[in-house]
This record gives sequence, C-alpha cells and structure tokens, in this order.
Amino acid sequence: MNQQKNIIEVQGLVKWYPVKAGVFQKVAGYIKAVDGVSFSIKRGETLGLVGESGCGKTTSARCMLRLIEPTKGRIIFNGRDIMRLNREQLRKIRPRMQVIFQDPYSSLNPRLTVKEIIGEVLAFHGIARGKELEKRVKHLLEMVGLAPHHMRRFPHEFSGGQRQRIGIARALATNPDLVVCDEPVSALDVSIQSQILNLLEDLQARLGVSYLFIAHGLNVVKHISHRVGVMYLGKIIEVTESDEIYRNPLHPYTQALISAIPIPEPKVRRRKILLEEDVPSPLNPPEGCRFWTRCRHAVNICRREEPELVECAPGHKVACHLYGR
Amino acid sequence: MAQGWNPGGTSFWKDVWLRLEKNKPAMFGLVVVIIFSAVAIIAPLLSPADPLKTDLSNRLKPPGSPSEICSNGVYILGSDEFGRDILSRILFGARVSLSVGIISQVLVTAIGVTMGALAGYYGGKVDMIIMRIADILFAFPDLLFYIGVMFALGPSIYNVFIALALIGWAGMARLVRSQVLYLREMEYVEAARAQGLSDARIILRHILPNCMGPIIVSVTMGIPGAILAEASLSFLGLGVQPPTPSWGNMIYAARSYMLTNPWYSVWPGIAIMITVFSFNLLGDGLRDALDPRLKR
Repeated sequence: MNQQKNIIEVQGLVKWYPVKAGVFQKVAGYIKAVDGVSFSIKRGETLGLVGESGCGKTTSARCMLRLIEPTKGRIIFNGRDIMRLNREQLRKIRPRMQVIFQDPYSSLNPRLTVKEIIGEVLAFHGIARGKELEKRVKHLLEMVGLAPHHMRRFPHEFSGGQRQRIGIARALATNPDLVVCDEPVSALDVSIQSQILNLLEDLQARLGVSYLFIAHGLNVVKHISHRVGVMYLGKIIEVTESDEIYRNPLHPYTQALISAIPIPEPKVRRRKILLEEDVPSPLNPPEGCRFWTRCRHAVNICRREEPELVECAPGHKVACHLYGR
Repeated sequence: MAQGWNPGGTSFWKDVWLRLEKNKPAMFGLVVVIIFSAVAIIAPLLSPADPLKTDLSNRLKPPGSPSEICSNGVYILGSDEFGRDILSRILFGARVSLSVGIISQVLVTAIGVTMGALAGYYGGKVDMIIMRIADILFAFPDLLFYIGVMFALGPSIYNVFIALALIGWAGMARLVRSQVLYLREMEYVEAARAQGLSDARIILRHILPNCMGPIIVSVTMGIPGAILAEASLSFLGLGVQPPTPSWGNMIYAARSYMLTNPWYSVWPGIAIMITVFSFNLLGDGLRDALDPRLKR
C-alpha cells in the first residue's frame, strides 16, 4: 500500500469572515482570521500550534476538519483532497480525524451515559454493535485510565480530568489517523495537566496517531510536540523542531514568547522581552510584515513587504526579513 | 465509590422531582390536575345523571333541589334551563376542557418543535421563512384568528384543536429555536458533527433532549391558555356545540340568567378557574424545578 508520509497537508488555508455594516448589510470588510496557513503533519507526529488568543489557531484547526468551511485552500488528508468531498463523502471520512476539546464540561452531552457518548459513533457508522460495542467501550475506558464500570455513569458524576479522559476515549473510538487537540489541558488544574499530557503521549506511542496540538503558551506544547508552529494574526510565522525553537528561536515574536516562559529557578535572571502595544485588529492587519508594529527590529522593508515563510536552516522555517536574504 | 453505582437511568429527572416535591403550590397544582384528569376519565361513573337528559318541569332549580333524573334524587349544583343536572354537565365538561388543553398542546408541540429545530439548526433562508410566518401569527389578534378558522372550518371540537394549534406553534417554535441556537454551539454538538453523525441524529439525540425542560414548562403553561381559548370560543358559540356540555358553552347559556340565577354561571366559572390556576401553579413549579439557577 502506498503510505503517504504526511497524514495531512494543508496548503494556503484562508478563512475570512465578512463584516456587514449599514442598513443594507453590505460587506464592509473581512476579518482575516486565517490568512494563508500551510503546514503538514507526518504519521505519528505531533505538531504543536501556539499563539495568543485570536490569532486563528482554533479556526485553522476547525477549517482543517471542515467543521468551519474555509474560504480557500487545499487540505490533503491521507492523499485525498477533502475540500472536494461532498457532504456524504465527508461524513464517511470524518471518523478518521477527530477532536479533543478544551472545555471538558460542555464537550460531553449531559443526557447520555459514558457508554452512549463513546459508543455512539461506532453504532452510527456500523463499526460495532451490541456486545462487541460494549467490549470496545470497556477497552477504550481502560486505555484512557478509567474503569469499565464507569460506562453506565453520566458526565456530571466525573471530575474535570476524568471528563477529559472520556473526551479522549470518544475521539479515539474510531481509531483515527489524526486527532486535533484543541487546548485540551488549559481548562484543567495544573496537577491534572501533566497526567493528561502523558496519557496523550502514551496513546500516540501505542496507536501511532498524529496530533495537531493547539495551545496558547509554548510551555505546554514543549514536551508533547515534535515540531512547533507559531501563529501570529492568522499566519504561521515560524515552524521548526520542538527543541530548536527553544534553543534557537529566530522570529522576534517567538523570542518574546520564549522569554515569557517562567523558569522555576529564582536565581536565574533573564531579560524579558516585553511586547509593546496590543495585537492589531485582524480586520485591518498592518501592511507588510504583520508584526512590525510591535517588533524591536523593524526596518523599512518590514513596513512595505510581507516576508514569506522560508527555510533558513534545515527544517527551520521563518517568516522574517531579518533572515534568509 | 461503590461499584455498579447507577442512579437508575436519568438522574436529572430524579433531581427535578426532588425539587418539585418540595414546592407546595406546585404539588397542590399537580394533585388537582391529576384529580381533574381522573374525573374527566371516569365522568360517567361519577355523574348522578345523564348530562343530556332534560326535565322541563324542573328548570333552573337552585342547588340542593329535589330531582327526578338524578340517581341520588338531588340537583347538587342545581339544574339548567332545560332541567339538566349541572354537576353532571360540569363533570362531562371536564373531558372537553382537558382534551382541548392537552390535544391542542400536543399538536402545538409537534409543529412548534419541528419548526423551531429546523429554523435554529439550519438558519439562513429556512430560519427566515419559518420565523417570518411565526411573526405574522404573533402580530395577529388570537381571538380574531380563532374566529376566522372556526368560520372557515365550521364549529366543532376538532376544529378548535386545529385553530389553537395553528396559532400556538409560533410561540413554541420561537422558544425551541432560541434553545437550539444556544445548544448548537455546544462542544458536544461539534463533537457529534466531527464524528460524521447525520443532522437528524444530532438534532434528535444531542440538541432536543437538552431543551426538554423549557418545552415541558411551555406545554404546562399552554394548557390553561388553550382551556380559556376554548371557553371563549364556546362562549361566542363557535366552540363545542350544544347540547354537548363544555364549561365555556355553559357560561354562554348561563349569561341570560345571570341576574335571576347567578349560581348557574358560577359553577363552570369555578371549574375553569381551579383548572387554569392549578396548571399555572404546576407550570411555575416545573420551571423552577427544571432550572435551579432561576431562584435563590
């Protein structure tokens, strides 16, 4: 079988939301939530996606799954362009790519038992029924560190961490190739966060699943991701290996993010790079490089020309005029 | 936690019942509603006389007068202008009132939930068309609409159901639409979409079960409205047709004797009042029980 190296390839993904104004609801402009994002994820790999809130990381992920219709772009999943699929074909392929959500409280239907929550997708797509379904639900529960008898309970009988485990079991029920983890730990206690992260890592080692791991801080993606992409205002501005981004961040924005990670060592003094001003509105992003309004190194060209994401070292791509020329 | 702990199906409804149980007015309403429903069902067993049987020699007798047609020999609540036993007519009238209330609300729920769910879930043109029709119905004076329908279809109890459902669904559709708009953004609905479940399945299994509370309250509060509407229509001579007794057409008949025999109109009036009051108490209680955040 011709196994593609990349489980998913996203090329030039764009999502613009029209802004309507006036009595006749004319389109006055567009919120450029995602503005030309490209990335790929290999089989069994984790790509971390970081950026501050509103930078378009969640929108990118939802577009990638076509939970939100992208404005433009190509999404090649398992060698198939899923932008070309109709509703029925898309429905068939959906079990192959799943999501784990941020809020473990609103991500589980309060009226269904755990067995129904996890087993529904199996029954609906005719993957398993009756005894076989029960067996698989039990197996999934054990896999995520819960007990088989939990399947008769309702979500409100569980803690936040346990609920997140149920969400993980639901996402893994169909044995997907790709799971989008949309800030899966940011709603949890710090003590629970590492448990969930370790669980996700174990599951990847066992099942060979790929993750797109979204987080708003670099410290969370640090130990789970193989590669990390940094987003700013609807664009990816730097992608590289996880270690490389900590050792050698190139983009001034990434440097600022790295300097914001607290070090658990009171004696270490480090110069913090403080970003001035707010993030510009995605309705009207700055011309040229999107970051120049807050960049310490901004020069004339930054205001005129938008830098492209280019490979300046093997496996290290950055979109900044300071490099690559 | 003990193994196999299972709250017995839906613990949610158990909680609701526990809260409702503590609410005395609501429990009073519930008991009265149950009694009235039982009375309506076994009316033939309780009635001292045939509600249609006339005795023209005993017209408009006050309560307690001796009777030849009643099995117990007394007109407990008096007799009407044809010498019929008012108590028997009230008991049989409960059948009309309660069936109008319940059947019309069943129709309202069927149409309203379907329309509201479609409008809320799909949005866009579907939403636009359904909600504009609902707005038009809202802008129309209810009674005028009922009268129009009754004139068009002819007065009968079945047409009363239809008239009430035709206008009542709009309110239910609005309620359900707003709930669906809210619930459709929940992450578990997005999870269901990401799993490739069908729209029908998402609506029926993930959205509608989570708006049962407001629907139940709306139905409970809608029943007294329907009972009053039927009474108004019968009072106008457009509802249930004599000689079949309904509380509305009894008041209609009694209005000619208001000055000479006031008790005649009082009995069906009290019956309507108690029923409507009980349903309202029950509805209020259910609303509080289903949404604990509303109070305290």
